[in-house]
Amino acid sequence: MDIAQLTLDRIREDLIARRYSAAELATEALRLAEAENPKTNAYIHFCPERALDAARRVDGKIANGEDPGALAGAAVAVKDVIVTKDVRTTCGSRLLANYIPPYDATAVIRMERAGAMILGKANCDEFAMGSSNENSAFGAVRNPVDPERVPGGSSGGPAAAVAQGTAVVSLGSDTGGSIRQPASFCGVVGVTPTYGRVSRYGLVAFASSLDHIGPFARTVSDAAALLHAIAGRDEMDSTSAFAPVPDYRAGMNGGLRGVKLGLPREYFKGLASETGNRIEAGVGLLKKLGCEVREISLPATDYAIACYYIICTAEASSNLARYDGVRYTTRSASPPNLIDMYRASRGEGFGAECKRRIMLGTYVLSAGYYDAYYLKAQKVRALIARDFQQAFEKVDAIVTPVSPFPAFKIGEKIDDPMEMYLSDIYTITGDLAGIPCMSVPCGKTAAGLPVGMQILTNHFDEPGMFRIADAYERAGGFAGA
Amino acid sequence: MASRADVLASAEVLDKYEPVIGLEVHVQLATRTKIFCGCPTSFGAPPNTNVCPVCLGLPGALPVLNERAVELAAQAALALSCRVNAVSRLARKNYFYPDLPKGYQISQYESPLAEHGFIDIRINDAVKRIGVTRVHMEDDAGKSLHEGFRDSERYTYVDLNRCGAPLIEIVSEPDMRSSEEAYAYLTELKQRLQYLQVSTCDMEKGHLRCDANVSVRLRGAEKFGAKAEVKNLNSFRFLRMALDYEIARQVAVIEDGGTVSQETRLYDAQNNITVGMRSKEHAHDYRYFPEPDLLPLQIGDCWLEGLRNAMPELPGEKRARFVQSYGLREYDAEVLTQTQELAAYFEKAATVSRNPVEASKWVQGDLMALLNAQGKPIAESPVAPEQLGELLALVSKGELSGKMAKQVFARMFATGAAAREIVEREGMRQISDAGEIEKIVDDVLARNPKQVEQYRSGKTAVAAFFVGQVMKATRGQANPQAVNDLLKQKLGR
Ligand SMILES: [Zn+2]
Repeated sequence: MDIAQLTLDRIREDLIARRYSAAELATEALRLAEAENPKTNAYIHFCPERALDAARRVDGKIANGEDPGALAGAAVAVKDVIVTKDVRTTCGSRLLANYIPPYDATAVIRMERAGAMILGKANCDEFAMGSSNENSAFGAVRNPVDPERVPGGSSGGPAAAVAQGTAVVSLGSDTGGSIRQPASFCGVVGVTPTYGRVSRYGLVAFASSLDHIGPFARTVSDAAALLHAIAGRDEMDSTSAFAPVPDYRAGMNGGLRGVKLGLPREYFKGLASETGNRIEAGVGLLKKLGCEVREISLPATDYAIACYYIICTAEASSNLARYDGVRYTTRSASPPNLIDMYRASRGEGFGAECKRRIMLGTYVLSAGYYDAYYLKAQKVRALIARDFQQAFEKVDAIVTPVSPFPAFKIGEKIDDPMEMYLSDIYTITGDLAGIPCMSVPCGKTAAGLPVGMQILTNHFDEPGMFRIADAYERAGGFAGA
Repeated sequence: MASRADVLASAEVLDKYEPVIGLEVHVQLATRTKIFCGCPTSFGAPPNTNVCPVCLGLPGALPVLNERAVELAAQAALALSCRVNAVSRLARKNYFYPDLPKGYQISQYESPLAEHGFIDIRINDAVKRIGVTRVHMEDDAGKSLHEGFRDSERYTYVDLNRCGAPLIEIVSEPDMRSSEEAYAYLTELKQRLQYLQVSTCDMEKGHLRCDANVSVRLRGAEKFGAKAEVKNLNSFRFLRMALDYEIARQVAVIEDGGTVSQETRLYDAQNNITVGMRSKEHAHDYRYFPEPDLLPLQIGDCWLEGLRNAMPELPGEKRARFVQSYGLREYDAEVLTQTQELAAYFEKAATVSRNPVEASKWVQGDLMALLNAQGKPIAESPVAPEQLGELLALVSKGELSGKMAKQVFARMFATGAAAREIVEREGMRQISDAGEIEKIVDDVLARNPKQVEQYRSGKTAVAAFFVGQVMKATRGQANPQAVNDLLKQKLGR
């Protein structure tokens, strides 16, 4: 078996036909992932017992003639900001280096119920803050396409694991582009579903009103299957949606006749020319498939970065307060008193990016600044959402680049936070509006670096988004039109 | 903590000043489970056992609002005549403390559950209205245990059982002008919440906690003075004592040419003083913002109407009804409505006896005296209200004298037996039959001619002697009124 070539459907078929067992697959996947890990550092740690337990359950079901589930035998990586019972969950932070959660995230429970086998916990930027995966306390992740380059962030590990072929699919999280940007840098599919579509219970919070769990896969179909397995209302998350979860793959028929696409002009300024060319070619292919393309405008886009970095840092400053050295977090050695213990533990524990965001967020929520920053940002957020609502009155989907540039070199932007923040410019709007969006590969630059194309649709219109992505994939768009 | 009493102002000086008091009252709602998770709220479990990922604030856990807590909070708000907002929001109040595992409390800030209420209190026979600014919901923190462990000099222990217990905070307007008014406000507030069964209001268990904002100003002045927030008022008595102390302290500071500093002060009950806390401990910027993990709380009219209809009669309504339908004095109605149990007892006894005023007297008098002597609550009275009612009915019918009734009641209380049973067993029936009494009176007069002579010659005081003889002959069972009437009739002839 070649895990890098396997799809979910193929694994299911093979297991049911007894070509190999889930236990054999898990063993091989674990061997491969551990062997490959030094090249990319995609995993922080492995959980072989848990993977093999899951495999045995799948094999048992098959032996009993039961349905082993849509994700049967899927070797998966889970971003280490998603909690796993009895399996260390570090969030890429020194503060949680030894933290073992007593419960599972809802998405993890649902994924395993569908037959998935978790190989290990994937590397990421500390508390999901970053765009390059260089902010992990457990070392940077290298892009499997070019090990000198970053895989993107913050879900660099899950993206790299799928791209290098050690995991079939993986779970990441996205707050401002943390799934789509690494998907585009690594040349895989990455999906950020509608806010509330997937329960956040067990996703360690960075910015609660923007955090999403979503899938990485090598095919649109696999991404849709994984999302289907984890989506749906969860009593443990008040913000999870009641809307029923449709069968995403049922609508994938290759036809795009009459589908109206909008290209927002604000998203095509200042684009690296090679990236621009790849997107243009991708749009050309969609036209060939029957889409009607028109230019649209999303005027509030210019304010998105400022708006995003106020809201996400404000929420982060509060969400990260619990890592104070009192209980499960690493406590600084022999602190003389309580206040100094807080200072020392947090000072030693958090990396530079977390500190930067905690300070920013604390500032914008402070008495006297709240109205000027946080409240104003919420108003801008409403305008951004309104822009999209108005656009979706005219078009079915919006197509944009994912990132202004392809994967950059490790160390290239780490000392320039502003430059790093600007790399999120095309992805944060989808999170701010809470709409579904995804990155699909659309060929490579001359240097062989993958480029990603973003597809956005209206709230809960994942079926429409997947239909476009799937048709595009079938027409050969991933390799470049 | 260096605890030393301050210089206090004398009574004459105090008279020149007017205190201004507002209360912030925290009440734990009587839900079975916590406000944002399914953990039990039961008191006294071993430390850190009533906990789960949500109330422990573990990474990734999310709050889900307890509907029952909203119901109780909304009922409390209605009972305080508040307007319940159709949409309110929970908000995060951020601060660091070891017993606050999330690093923030989930409370309400800009849009609380309810606003604009009031409580009417009775002060010196007049009614005074105290405004209720707002009622909002929040979760409780855990408990830091600084004492009682082997290594308590080096460590503080934290118990998170209480963490996530559902609270409401009831904030009053600064409308109170004396410790008596504050006492009356808190009494009325507690009574209403207990009637609603919104909370046990058990201060010992911390189910009712009170902080006071206190300032003073010269009488007639318009501007408020700088206020101190006095915390740790763990009983009604302490509330009054702490306020009186703090008022006298502030007046003395001003009289001495100083200024009152805006600060938080702790009441030290042992020494009956208030002590300023170091300013560092309360210089907080809580950085409130709407809780993104919870949707805005929407309350529909129908739901609210349902709650309103399910509310029991409140103490004020009951008092008014007791005065109106039973002809009780205002004071008696107030005593009898202190708790629902007492009020219900009285009503039953009043109905059965058909004599509410007597029932009121007996409940407040003999019954309370015996209960208090044994430290029993009304619910454990050995005499059922119907039994008391029957006893009083016997008195009304003239079958028992008041004096005998007291003896019978004492027996009832001791044995739990019914009044009629005791009366019959012990032959304590009062003789009211005129023929029967007349025979005895005639007999007494015949056997004491000398005294009859004295009476007729003007020494009417001898009448008491005859009454005594008749009572002796009947073992006290003759109706004294009937005896008197007969004697007058016979001797006057
Ligand atoms: Zn709990």
